[in-house]
Amino acid sequence: MDISLREVEYRYQANTPFERLAIQDVSIDIPSGIYLAIIGHTGSGKSTVLQHLNAILKPTKGVVQIGDRTVTSEKKQKNLKEIRKRVGIVFQFPEHQLFEETVEKDICFGPMNFGVSEEEAKERAREVIKQVGLSEDILSKSPFDLSGGQMRRVAIAGVLAMKPDVIVLDEPTAGLDPRGRKEIMEMFYRLHKEKQLTTVLVTHSMEDAARYADKIVIMHKGKVYKEGTAEEIFASPEGLIELGLDVPDAVRFQQRIEKVFGTKLSKTCLTLDDLTEELTELLQGGGRK
Amino acid sequence: MTGKFILGRYVPADSLLHRMDPRAKLILIFLFVCVVFVANNPVTYGILLLYTFAMALLSKVPLRFILGGLKPILWLILFTFLLHLFLTRDGDVLFSIGRLEIYEGGVRQGIFISLRFFLLILMTSLLTLTTTPIQITDGLEILLGPLKKLNVPVHELALMMSISLRFIPTLMQETDKIMKAQTARGVDFSSGPLKQRIQAVIPLLVPLFISSFKRAEELAVAMEARGYRGGEGRTKFRQLHWAALDTVMLLVLVLITVLLVILRT
Repeated sequence: MDISLREVEYRYQANTPFERLAIQDVSIDIPSGIYLAIIGHTGSGKSTVLQHLNAILKPTKGVVQIGDRTVTSEKKQKNLKEIRKRVGIVFQFPEHQLFEETVEKDICFGPMNFGVSEEEAKERAREVIKQVGLSEDILSKSPFDLSGGQMRRVAIAGVLAMKPDVIVLDEPTAGLDPRGRKEIMEMFYRLHKEKQLTTVLVTHSMEDAARYADKIVIMHKGKVYKEGTAEEIFASPEGLIELGLDVPDAVRFQQRIEKVFGTKLSKTCLTLDDLTEELTELLQGGGRK
Repeated sequence: MTGKFILGRYVPADSLLHRMDPRAKLILIFLFVCVVFVANNPVTYGILLLYTFAMALLSKVPLRFILGGLKPILWLILFTFLLHLFLTRDGDVLFSIGRLEIYEGGVRQGIFISLRFFLLILMTSLLTLTTTPIQITDGLEILLGPLKKLNVPVHELALMMSISLRFIPTLMQETDKIMKAQTARGVDFSSGPLKQRIQAVIPLLVPLFISSFKRAEELAVAMEARGYRGGEGRTKFRQLHWAALDTVMLLVLVLITVLLVILRT
């Protein structure tokens, strides 16, 4: 299912003294099957963009196209459940949304809201709990007896159980330890690869964006600052650094090497492995290219 | 949902009302609440209405915003009006629909009572619109100070009040966040049959309760870690200053009170 935003503007609390412009003139294409990363500072408007993807927010200007549904400021929307069933959002700190007595019930909550039968929902619960790396016997426990990391995984499972066509992740690894972080990111990447699940990742981490995303959108002060593949974005990292955005370590290192040696590597390296390979080549070649 | 509602909200601006001492404002409101009950004929109500709107203008908060924010209260006022309209049996019968008779006194009573209601709410909203919660509590703590002699835990009450006021926006934000998260999981908060909508509240309330308890615990620990030990001998960071403006504002209301007492019937 394709999603696209056309010149979208959103104002919080429009027509009150508290009115605040969150995003303006934002146009983003999210074709089916892509892994898109949206990056920006706190307050750059990335979370606002994300809430337009399943019509939780309606743009105050512009058009949001979700599959064959068009969402604009004028139209009164009906039957938004259809959209929400197909676009799942994992909000920041999703463990805050847990409320049921058992993990199983909580995971079944989403699917059953969308009309899935109880048996089918339980079937899905067993399936997704394994996907997120937990064992089946956790299903009968209370979500509030779990550790923070486990709660996070259960909450994610609750969204996965809805079997959305598009999954939107708002800093899914915030506050996790490095290992948990990696496991969760790898899991989403696997899902993306295996099931062609369209994935939108909102993150601070340039490393994650560079490693997983097909396309990166950089937001700054409510506008799209830059978009393109990771290579395109990091080919000229100076602008990003100026904005105070993080650049992957490999890119930073390459930049310094290039400066010190007065040379230019043949491509922009995004990972350590890439960079090692390039540097070995450079050293063996014994000189400038 | 939380966008336009103005009860208990502060709008920063630089106006006469904003600059007043919170103590003066509290006394003013208290006096006003008493004065509203003095009015009992069109002239006196007219004066009160004028006074209230003058104050609203002085606050520099857009009038449209204030009135728009009071819309939810309108139903309550309408209900009060209808109650008095139908139940007061006083004066001449204006007209009757079947067995239902509308009296002249009912119309008058209905208008007066709902007007009284409206003025009270408007004035108290003006207080919260122009005064930060912290200022209100500071003012209250000082005004209620003498009660300490009667062993009323004034400081503790003020602290409780400022803490709860402080966390209203946090709670609102959290409500908004969890509502969005559950909406994304297919909960429909705004339509559907009543039974379903009541059920929809559970996935909202449980997480809210849990996070509130957690937050209370964290706050208590944080306060203890910073050596909080109650009001005894505690000095204030924010000092209140009573200025000429405050005296003038109070005098104006006192004058109006005298006027009302003379003009009432």
